[in-house]
Amino acid sequence: MTMIGDRQQLAYIAAQAADARVNVELETEGMTLNIGPQHPATHGTLRIIARLDGEQVIWAEPSAGYMHRGYEKLTEVRTYPQVTALINRIDWLGSFANEVPFILAAEKLMGVEAPPRAQHIRTILFELSRIANVSLFLGDLGVQMGAVTPVFFAFRDREYVLNLIEAATGGRFHPNFDRIGGLKDDLPAGFIDETRTVMKKLRNFCDEIEGLLFGNEIFQSRTRGIGVIPKDVALQYGLSGANLRASGVDWDLRRDQTIPMAWDKVDWKVWTHPDGDSFARCWVRLQEVRESTKIVDQLLDTIPSGPVMAKVPKIIKVPEGEAWVSTENPLGEMGYYVVSQGDQGPFRVKIRSASFNNISIVPWALKGVYVPDIITILASLYFILGDIDR
Amino acid sequence: MAKPKVPGLFKGLGITFGTLVRTAKEGAATVQYPHEKETPPIRARGVIALHEGNCTSCMLCARSCPDWCIYIEGHKELAPPRRAGGAPRKVNKLDRFDIDYALCMYCGICVDVCPFDALFWSPEYEYSEPRITDLLHDKTKLGEWMETVPEAPELEAGAEKKGKK
Amino acid sequence: MNTVIISTELAYWAQSLLRVLGGLVAVLLPAGTIVYIFLFKMMSFMQSRLGPMEAGPYGSMQLFAEVGKWLQKEDIVPAAAQAEARIFKMAPLIVLASTFLLVVVVPFGPDAWFTDFETGIFYALAVGSVSVLGILIAGWSSANKYSLLGGLRAAGQLIAYELPMVLAVVGVVIQAGTMNLQQIVVAQNAGSIFGWDGVGNPYILTQFVAFLIFMIAVQAELTQTPFDMPIAESELVSGYMTEYSGFRFLIFFIGEFATAGVFAMIASILFLGGWGVPFAWFGWTDINSVDNWMNVAGPLILFTKMLVLVFFIMWIRFSSPRFREDQLQRFAWKILIPISLINIMVTAVFKVAF
Repeated sequence: MTMIGDRQQLAYIAAQAADARVNVELETEGMTLNIGPQHPATHGTLRIIARLDGEQVIWAEPSAGYMHRGYEKLTEVRTYPQVTALINRIDWLGSFANEVPFILAAEKLMGVEAPPRAQHIRTILFELSRIANVSLFLGDLGVQMGAVTPVFFAFRDREYVLNLIEAATGGRFHPNFDRIGGLKDDLPAGFIDETRTVMKKLRNFCDEIEGLLFGNEIFQSRTRGIGVIPKDVALQYGLSGANLRASGVDWDLRRDQTIPMAWDKVDWKVWTHPDGDSFARCWVRLQEVRESTKIVDQLLDTIPSGPVMAKVPKIIKVPEGEAWVSTENPLGEMGYYVVSQGDQGPFRVKIRSASFNNISIVPWALKGVYVPDIITILASLYFILGDIDR
Repeated sequence: MAKPKVPGLFKGLGITFGTLVRTAKEGAATVQYPHEKETPPIRARGVIALHEGNCTSCMLCARSCPDWCIYIEGHKELAPPRRAGGAPRKVNKLDRFDIDYALCMYCGICVDVCPFDALFWSPEYEYSEPRITDLLHDKTKLGEWMETVPEAPELEAGAEKKGKK
Repeated sequence: MNTVIISTELAYWAQSLLRVLGGLVAVLLPAGTIVYIFLFKMMSFMQSRLGPMEAGPYGSMQLFAEVGKWLQKEDIVPAAAQAEARIFKMAPLIVLASTFLLVVVVPFGPDAWFTDFETGIFYALAVGSVSVLGILIAGWSSANKYSLLGGLRAAGQLIAYELPMVLAVVGVVIQAGTMNLQQIVVAQNAGSIFGWDGVGNPYILTQFVAFLIFMIAVQAELTQTPFDMPIAESELVSGYMTEYSGFRFLIFFIGEFATAGVFAMIASILFLGGWGVPFAWFGWTDINSVDNWMNVAGPLILFTKMLVLVFFIMWIRFSSPRFREDQLQRFAWKILIPISLINIMVTAVFKVAF
C-alpha cells in the first residue's frame, strides 16, 4: 500500500470513528438538576439531586441536613421542661403532637399517669394540631400543582384552629403546654363551644378542597397512577402515617397501641386506600382531617371533670431507665427513646421522626418520573423540613 | 349520589366564584391590620412583663431559660427591720433585669418557675424594632407592660384547680 | 386613534406620534385594568381576602407602586449569562414587541384603527408567535437549568397551541368570507339569524366549538394556569423569568397581561362582534353608514367585552391546577386539533349548503 492509500484509509477510519461518536452523542447527555436547597417545592431546605434525561428523572437522591439543629444533642444538656419547649420545633406545624410522645416516655419512666381529664385534653389538642398541620398540607398541595386558591383557604381555616390552640395554651405554633404528669393549665371557658363551631368550618373546608382539588380532572390526571408505592416497598422503607395507609396497610398507632390517651374512648375509622399513588396519599389525609374533626367533636362531649395535673414534684428528676413511646403524629410515627440516669434532664434522647423515614423512599419513587411529577410526589409524601433534619 | 355528576373543573369554578360572592357580601376573612386589630386570647404569650417589686433576683428564671436570654444583676441591701429593735433585714435589690427578645423563644418556662409571681405573660404584641439590638428590653420597659397583663381566664366547666396565671 | 381623520389633516410625524401614543394606551390601559381588577381584586376575593387596600382608594394605585418598586431594583444579569448579555437583555423586549405588533390590527371603531389590514387575522396569528422567540431566548440565555426547561416547555407548548388557534380561526374566516378583522366585525353586526337581526349574528353562536378551542388555545398561549408549565412557580421557579429582575421582569409582567388583553380583544372581535352593536338597532346597513359616535363608544364596548373574556381566563387560572407537559401536548394534538379540523369541515359544508 502506498502512503496515499494509507492516508485515505486513515481518513476513512477517522470518518467512521467520527460517525460512531456522533451516533453515540445522539443519545443525549444527562443533566443534573439540583432541586433545592432553596426551592419552593421543598418547603424548606431539602436538596434533591436529580439526573435528568430530557425531563425524565433517571436518578434522584435527597440530601438532607441543611437545617440540622442538633436536637438529640441539645436534649442532653437541657432539663425536661426545657426539652419540651425545644422539641415542639421539630415538626413545627403540628407542634403539640411532638410534645406528647416525649412526655409520655418521661411519665412512663417516672411511673406517673396523667389524670383522665388531662389525657382527654391532650388528645383534643393533639387532634387539633393534626388538623392544623394536615389542612395546610391540603392547601399546599394545590400550590405545588399550580392552583393558587386552595392554599389561601387552608391558611384561612387553619387560622381558626390556631386561634383555638392559642386560646388554650397561649402559643399559636409552639404550645409548650404539656407537663410531666398532666397539663400546664385547664381549658379556658368557652373553648368547647368555640371548638365545635370551628370543627364545622373545618369540615366545610374539607368539602371545599375536595371540590376544588380532588374532584378536578386535571388534579386527578396529575396524581392518579403517579408515584405508586406498593405495600411491600412501603413497609421496607419504613414509611408510616398516611403514606403507609395509602399503600393499603391498615396501621394506625392511635388505634393499635395502648397509651394513656383518649382515642380508645371514641368511635372513629382508620382510612386506607389500596392504590398507593399520589392521589391515594392526598385522599387519605383529607379523610383523616374529617376523621379528626369527628374525634374532637366526640371528645368534647365526654371530657371528664377533675384535675389536669397528677402529683409530681416541682423539680422533676426522672429515675434511671429507658423508655420508648411513639405516637401517630400528623406526619407519621414519631417516637422518643429516652434514656435517663436520674438527673433533671435526659441522658440521651433518640428521636424517630416520621419525615426522615418518609423521604427515604424518594430515590425509589422518583425513578423514571417527569420533572413535574417530582413535585407532586414530594408534595404527596408530605414532609416537614424540621422533621427531617431535627 | 343522586345528584347529576358535575365535572370537577366546573365545580371548582363554582367554589371560587361562591367565595368571591361571599367575600363581597360578608367581608373578608382577613383584617386590615394597622386600622383594625384582632384581640389575642387572654393566655396569648405576647411579651413577658415584670412586676419588679416581687422579684427577689433569685435567678431561677435566668437559669431555667433554654436559651439564656434573661440577664439579671442584683446586690444585697440592708433594709430597716420589720419590728422595732430587730436586726436589719437583708433584701435582694434588682439592678438589672433584661430580656433579649431577639433570643427569647416564648416558651414560658421563666413565667412558670418564678416562685414569687414576678413574671407575667401579656398578650401585647406590637413591640417590633427596626434594629435587632433594640429588642433587648430593660426592667423599666418590662414593668410598663405590667399594665397590659390581663386577669387569668375563667376555666371550662369541670376544671378543678384555679389557674395561677 | 381616529387615523382616517388624522391622516388627512396632520403631518407624518404628528400622525406617528399619535399612533405611538394610541398604541401605548391600547396596550397599557387594558394591562393595568386587568392587573388591578383581576389579579389584585378578583383573585383576592376568591380567596377570602381583600387584596391591596392601601395605595389609593381600594388599592387602585397599587400597580403604580409596584412599577415604582420594580424600576428601583437593580438590573441584574447573572454571571453565567454575561457572555450573551445583550441577548439576555433583549428577550423581554421581544415578548413585549409581539404585543404591540398584535394591537396594530385590532379595530376599535368604524374609523378608529391603526391599520386596516386585508389579512388582519393572519397577521395577528403570525406576530402572536413572535413572543415564543423572546421566551426561548430568555430561557436559553439565562444560563439556568430551570430557565432552560421553562423556555423549552414554552416553545413546545406555544407551537402546539398555535395550531388549534389557527384552525379555530379558519372556521370564522370561512363564515365571514374575509380575513380583515374590521370586516369580520361588520359581518357579525350586520348579519342576521334566519332573518332576525336583533342581535346581529355573533359567531359565538354558530362557531361555539371554535370559540371554546380559541379560548383554550389563548389560555395556553398566555401560559395561564392550567397550561402554565413554562412558568410553573412551584417546580421551575418561574421558568424563563427566573433570572430577570427589576425593569426587565416588569416588561415580562406587563407583556403577560397586555397580551391577555389583546388576545381577549381579538377573541371578542372574532366571536362577540367586536366594537360594534347590532347594526339593525340604529338602522345602519354597512360600515359607511355607522354613526361617528361609535368611534368613541366602540372602544368602550370592545373594552367591556375584553374584560368579560379576561374574567373567564382569570377565573379558570385561579381555580385549577396545572397540566403536566406531556398531558398538555396530548390534549392539543389528540383532542383540540381533531375537533377544530372537524369544525372547519362542518363550517365549510354549511357555508356551501346555505
